[in-house]
Amino acid sequence: MSEIFGIPIQAFLGQLMLGLVNGSFYAMLSLGLAVIFGMLNIINFAHGALYMMGALLAWMGLNYLGLGYWQSLLLAPLVVGLFGVAIERIMLQWLYKLDHLYGLLLTFGLALVVEGLFTNAYGVSGQPYSIPEEISGAFNLGFMFLPKYRAWVICASLAVCFCTWFVIEKTRLGAYLRAATENPKLTQAFGINVPLMVMLTYGFGAALAGFAGVLAAPAMQVSPLMGSNLIIVVFAVVVIGGMGSILGSILTGLGLGVIEGLTKVFYPEASATVVFIIMAIVLMLRPAGLFGKEK
Amino acid sequence: MKRQLLPYLLLLALGLVLPFFVYPVLVMKVLCLALFACAFNLLLGYTGLLSFGHAAFFGTAAYVAGHAIKQWGLPTELGLLAGTAAAALLGWAVGSLAIRRTGIYFAMVTLALAQMVYFIFLQAPFTGGEDGLQGVPRGKLLGLVDLSNDLNLYYFVLGIFVFAFWLIYRTINSPFGQILKGIRENEPRAISLGYDVAKYKLLAFVLSATLAGLAGATKMLVFKFATLTDAHWHGSGEVVLMTILGGMGTVFGPLVGSAVIVVLQNELADKVGSLVTVIMGSIFVICVLLFRRGIVGEIAALYRRMLGQKT
Repeated sequence: MSEIFGIPIQAFLGQLMLGLVNGSFYAMLSLGLAVIFGMLNIINFAHGALYMMGALLAWMGLNYLGLGYWQSLLLAPLVVGLFGVAIERIMLQWLYKLDHLYGLLLTFGLALVVEGLFTNAYGVSGQPYSIPEEISGAFNLGFMFLPKYRAWVICASLAVCFCTWFVIEKTRLGAYLRAATENPKLTQAFGINVPLMVMLTYGFGAALAGFAGVLAAPAMQVSPLMGSNLIIVVFAVVVIGGMGSILGSILTGLGLGVIEGLTKVFYPEASATVVFIIMAIVLMLRPAGLFGKEK
Repeated sequence: MKRQLLPYLLLLALGLVLPFFVYPVLVMKVLCLALFACAFNLLLGYTGLLSFGHAAFFGTAAYVAGHAIKQWGLPTELGLLAGTAAAALLGWAVGSLAIRRTGIYFAMVTLALAQMVYFIFLQAPFTGGEDGLQGVPRGKLLGLVDLSNDLNLYYFVLGIFVFAFWLIYRTINSPFGQILKGIRENEPRAISLGYDVAKYKLLAFVLSATLAGLAGATKMLVFKFATLTDAHWHGSGEVVLMTILGGMGTVFGPLVGSAVIVVLQNELADKVGSLVTVIMGSIFVICVLLFRRGIVGEIAALYRRMLGQKT
């Protein structure tokens, strides 16, 4: 039993793990997009840039300030979140009355600015970021070696996703949030500060992207362009899942990561396109997305 | 009627004499991208659909036309047609999927499908991967006019542009164009009036993709190569920027917008390097926050206000 469908089981499980790791990033990013979309009715094109910012801030923290991985994991999302709050206050808040498309266009422009600035400073090539000592190495599970860092990424992202789900679905704050998503005017009439919540929602979404970026830093190359290609795949994930439910975004993200990983094993040529092909199929069969509601 | 025609004639005259004052290849680049933006404007400005994947059609046509001329040895004009037809076909495929969703989802679907096309080009053998398709001969127009001469090619490109511009103008001002505007303004109402909205949207999408393809094929002919840059999402973003900067839903907006962007890029490229992206992004942000009507739209609004004060 060392092969499965003619593929060595080691390679198979390895790709499965990698798929889960990628899936965790899809899940975190599409979750952030869904939360922001729910409150602001804006598709945040800058999400990939914010993710890249998180990774690069961690790298800068290490190289300029000597901040370790764990400090960065806390600080970088905070900085990215504050950046998000500033963007919301300075720019996005003027667009809520307009067509949703303007939000997409504005955040697209922002993504170009952020990416261009970092590219100008650091070039397009990737910078290495080493895995912290405590979680380098691998577990020997008997049938395979599991790199500790990959296990950590999956666990951390699942924990963050679960916390987000819990706060939104099960707490009082989450209830306010859901009410404000449903009917902002009425919620405000009940004395809840909706603009403040909108601001914090965008800040939280940005921080989530930044957190994903720090998690990604040791797993991938840290480069100013790491966000822009990812965000397009995440858009496809969002279209496939629909932005109706939080659990839906998480499941779709993880599932598509796994499918992508398995495609790498069985038919590597299609691994870059498989998510888009699935999106096309879903659009044909269920246009509103797997977890979406037809409006 | 005559007064309405005046700006068009002035522009045409400008187009005819411009290559004697400005480097023709630069003007041709402006014309190709202006055609691209006009085709895009047909969709965004007049139908209200924001496609974020138009570079796919531009790039596909460039590759197919280049391949047809270089490898199959087709004459220039047939090669351009082949590229345009390929873009139309792709436009039909992408369009029929994308119109199943509206608004923001439409933008995301087109972007994702365009990215898929990009990856296919990255891997397909005939595109030459990262190097692109190089050294495509310009050939002779109808076997007579030598297009390797920049000035000859210029008037050929100008002819293509004028034809396509006229086609777009006719489309906008036809009953079909009126229905498209009706869909943009109020889709449920258009449905309740009995129009098959999906069919109109698809037709507008295919038309826009076809003309975007014509622009891509022509640009390939001007520069004699097709590369992955043509199909990259940066291109899709740029055409949105040109249209918005110039003024979406205006006839001349895309022309003005593309001229500004191409000249700006040309001037800045060697001065600021990779900061060009930052400048493009900033223009995007400023346009969306402050000048949503674009250059032509703002001028038209100003003109109307002045007329209103006089009478």
